[in-house]
Amino acid sequence: MRDVILHAGIPVKPVYGPEDLAGRDFARDIGRPGEYPYTRGIHPHMYRERLWTMRQYVGFGTPAETNARFKYLMAHGQDALNVAFDLPTQLGLDSDHPRAEGEVGRVGMAVDSLADMEEAFAGIPLDRVSVSLTINGMAAPITAMYFAVADKQGARPERVVTTPQNDILKEFIARGTWIYPVDPSLRLVADLVEFSARRYPRSNPLSICGYHIREAGCTTAQEMAYGLAMAAAYVELMQARGLAPDEFAPRLSFNFTCWGKIFEEIAKFRAGRRLYARMMRERFGARDPRSWMFRTLIGGGGSAFTVEEPENNIVRGAYIALAAALSGAQTMALPTYDEAYTIPSAKAQLIALRTMQICAEESGATDTADPLAGAYFVESLTNQMEERIGGELAQVERLGGIVAAVKTGAIQAEVARQAYRFEQQVGAGEIRKVGVNCHVGERAVEPDREVEPYTVDPRAAEAQLARLRRLRRERDGAAVDAALRRLTEEARGTVNLMEPIMEAVRAYATLGEMADAMKRVFGEHKEAVRW
Amino acid sequence: MKVLIAKPGLDGHDRGAKVVAQALRDAGLEVIYTGLKRTPEEIIAEAIQEDVDVIGLSILSGAHLALSRRVIEGLRRQKADQITVVVGGTIPPRDVQALLAAGVRRVFPMGTPLPDVVTAFRDARL
Repeated sequence: MRDVILHAGIPVKPVYGPEDLAGRDFARDIGRPGEYPYTRGIHPHMYRERLWTMRQYVGFGTPAETNARFKYLMAHGQDALNVAFDLPTQLGLDSDHPRAEGEVGRVGMAVDSLADMEEAFAGIPLDRVSVSLTINGMAAPITAMYFAVADKQGARPERVVTTPQNDILKEFIARGTWIYPVDPSLRLVADLVEFSARRYPRSNPLSICGYHIREAGCTTAQEMAYGLAMAAAYVELMQARGLAPDEFAPRLSFNFTCWGKIFEEIAKFRAGRRLYARMMRERFGARDPRSWMFRTLIGGGGSAFTVEEPENNIVRGAYIALAAALSGAQTMALPTYDEAYTIPSAKAQLIALRTMQICAEESGATDTADPLAGAYFVESLTNQMEERIGGELAQVERLGGIVAAVKTGAIQAEVARQAYRFEQQVGAGEIRKVGVNCHVGERAVEPDREVEPYTVDPRAAEAQLARLRRLRRERDGAAVDAALRRLTEEARGTVNLMEPIMEAVRAYATLGEMADAMKRVFGEHKEAVRW
Repeated sequence: MKVLIAKPGLDGHDRGAKVVAQALRDAGLEVIYTGLKRTPEEIIAEAIQEDVDVIGLSILSGAHLALSRRVIEGLRRQKADQITVVVGGTIPPRDVQALLAAGVRRVFPMGTPLPDVVTAFRDARL
């Protein structure tokens, strides 16, 4: 009999029984869904009352193209949007910056100013849809643009629901769209959280992401541990501003991945909910039950998907959707079967959406809350996962805490080490991938001609540059200069920068101009390269 | 043999670059990794200063054609075109020929097994 070791390093026995739950208190450790410590989910009846939100990640070239794709997805039943931005936008570079060449509109939508956000959301009522913005280093100005568009549409602030990612710590660890050094970057995160808490009470100003760290290579237990450690760091940051946890924690949310072994993923989320609830209540003293709830987007991990025989990824996606449903997702997104080699096609996006809908409507996975509760294996694995996560949290503490470990690059080095280890295990066949390292046919499968790589239309970048030139010509230059000067001045102090950013946004200052106005004070991050 | 693994452009995905760097180091090569978001000019300067034999560019954003050409042209201008350039990342099959024509010695698209990458580097001068 071959050994089975989960990604978190936990060995799996061939059979489990009551002896595996000895010494556990069902009421204390598991309880009921919708009750502390939320092991079984954050709502009493879970999907019977409200299905998860389906939110695919979309963003193409120009704001007009993105707008058209949003309307297409909404017409097919998607009820929330998730916006991808191109790399220059994510890094605070205007489309005409020399470093933006070749990148404009490539991996998402190009945004140079409020005018672009107005076009992207034209005809989409921002008091009725909820929109996630996958933006971090530039979260403050991009979210300010979103608020400004909502305002121009006449939406009342208390009805505006947006979820900027705004998680800069995971950018330093994994995703790489950092701009400023760690401390001023954290200040901007806190400015947006504080501003939203006071002015846009239904918005979710910070989505804490284990997802990208796992995609970069860490284990399941590390994904949850680093996510919880970052959450704690952000809570401490807001407390230092004088905000009590209950003033902002109910609007914190999470973004985690899900792929690989189904039961390991379910156990990861059950353990994570329990740990977060205890951390928020016992360590931070939160009193509002909503502050204890680990609300999460579960996005299927693209790392599960293979470039070989890409249609098989549709099947992998269905298992991921099932695992995410059984894990208690509030929001779900799936990678598309063509994701290993291209920006998703419309067909692939629709299949991903249909996969989630089939899971929700046909499979029965939504009929009852946490149907696996009490299973010897699942409860035992949840306990073991909790121990592993605790061990990883202790390791972060030994490194001086997550912020210090990010500054030194120690976490980044550990993630890279795990990525290499995983690759070696795939190479050795210890981690099995059908069509890659097992069941590989004698003859390579003919490429499917329907799988067409997305082609970037060079005219889209040209159109964006023309829009930017027209904007610079037509706006009130004096108002822009005054707003940018104010932003630089305020950045030297300690006040919340959202007001001066809102002013610059409304004057149609470009994103690059706002980024530079702050860069004059903050400087740029120097990466601690460790691997 | 000395190798510079480099991340040009704006793309922040460094899992592949770091995995290849570790695999090459384990195979006995001397490996330097630049870190993220380097310009072609910075990469060329570092490659010349460190006297490397090979530059491995890792590009996942789709900007591989423009960035690879700028590195190769820059090496030629600086009379450093004895340095071999290879490219890995999210490279669609249709772009492989264009990269080779631009002077890239080897292309490692998605799904290239790690041992194949290591062998290609180790076989002297590729």
